[in-house]
Amino acid sequence: MTYKTQARLWIAQRASAAVLAFCVVVHLVTIIYAVRNGLTATEILGRTRGSVAWFAFYSLFVLAVTVHAPIGLRPVLSEWLGWRGKSRDAALLVFAAFLAWAGMRAVLGVFA
Amino acid sequence: MKVSVKRGDSFQEYEVPRQASQTVLDVVMYIQRVLDPTLAYRYACRVGMCGSCAMMVNGVPRWTCRTHVDRVIEKDALTVAPLRNLPVIRDLVTDMREFFDKWARAKGQFSGSQTRSDEFERVPPQSEPRQLADAGIECIGCGVCYAACDVVKWNPQYLGPAALNRAWTLVNDVRDRSGLERLRAVSGDAGCLACHSHVSCTERCPKHLSPTAAIAGLKRAVTKAVLQGDL
Repeated sequence: MTYKTQARLWIAQRASAAVLAFCVVVHLVTIIYAVRNGLTATEILGRTRGSVAWFAFYSLFVLAVTVHAPIGLRPVLSEWLGWRGKSRDAALLVFAAFLAWAGMRAVLGVFA
Repeated sequence: MKVSVKRGDSFQEYEVPRQASQTVLDVVMYIQRVLDPTLAYRYACRVGMCGSCAMMVNGVPRWTCRTHVDRVIEKDALTVAPLRNLPVIRDLVTDMREFFDKWARAKGQFSGSQTRSDEFERVPPQSEPRQLADAGIECIGCGVCYAACDVVKWNPQYLGPAALNRAWTLVNDVRDRSGLERLRAVSGDAGCLACHSHVSCTERCPKHLSPTAAIAGLKRAVTKAVLQGDL
């Protein structure tokens, strides 16, 4: 991997961290507000399904996680386990795909 | 006092008399001159100018010539070992080649464009680049920050705080002409972006410099260059 790609990955991780900081705050406030008087799963789904805005928001959340987590794991794997090179990066691409799939599966289940 | 000195894979213990205003270097010199002439260690100036006597003292990298025993002794015992993160040549002497090779890899050489027949370039002392360069320029290359850095331990390719601090002083040298080349050299996985900002280098620097701030400056410079399409 070239230094250019490495620098871009680093910037992408910082940018996705900024998005995550916003998303996590909105997410926490929303769930605390939504369940303050107690809600059943059916009631929650009744409010979330069909909402384009929330679908877009949580899709952005999933995208940020998909970018942020695998890039952050790169140095963790190399510094803690000594795993470097193409095999590590390939494994992290698979992990990113898994995060995107699992995250969007949940988003589609709640908001679609 | 009881002094444990790392020699090869094990520690050897010596009994050294306490003296007033005694430094750790005094202790090591006493051992070599009085108790055991085979002990190898390195020093030159004895007054905190050359940076060659740095060692691990009770697990912390320090200049031994400027470290008074009174300040670091624990239960009348002292442990002295070679600097961490560097290959050991013998006893307390480390091989500094990799440390200085990394300065070269970080493009730590000044490269100007003018000749001796040109006029002097004028750098206002109060200008921001000059102030930023000033903040890091007093490094004497002792290796204390390098030994204190956990990222060097985990990632042997990492250029380390001293080399990156040097690169930052040159990035801020308005006379230097290889800025982008230098940013390329420090922008990969082995460069400034690998720093976790543990601040151990800044905490231990005997010159009270802040390589952490220098590395943060390099991160900003690299980010700016990438966003402007220069990297």
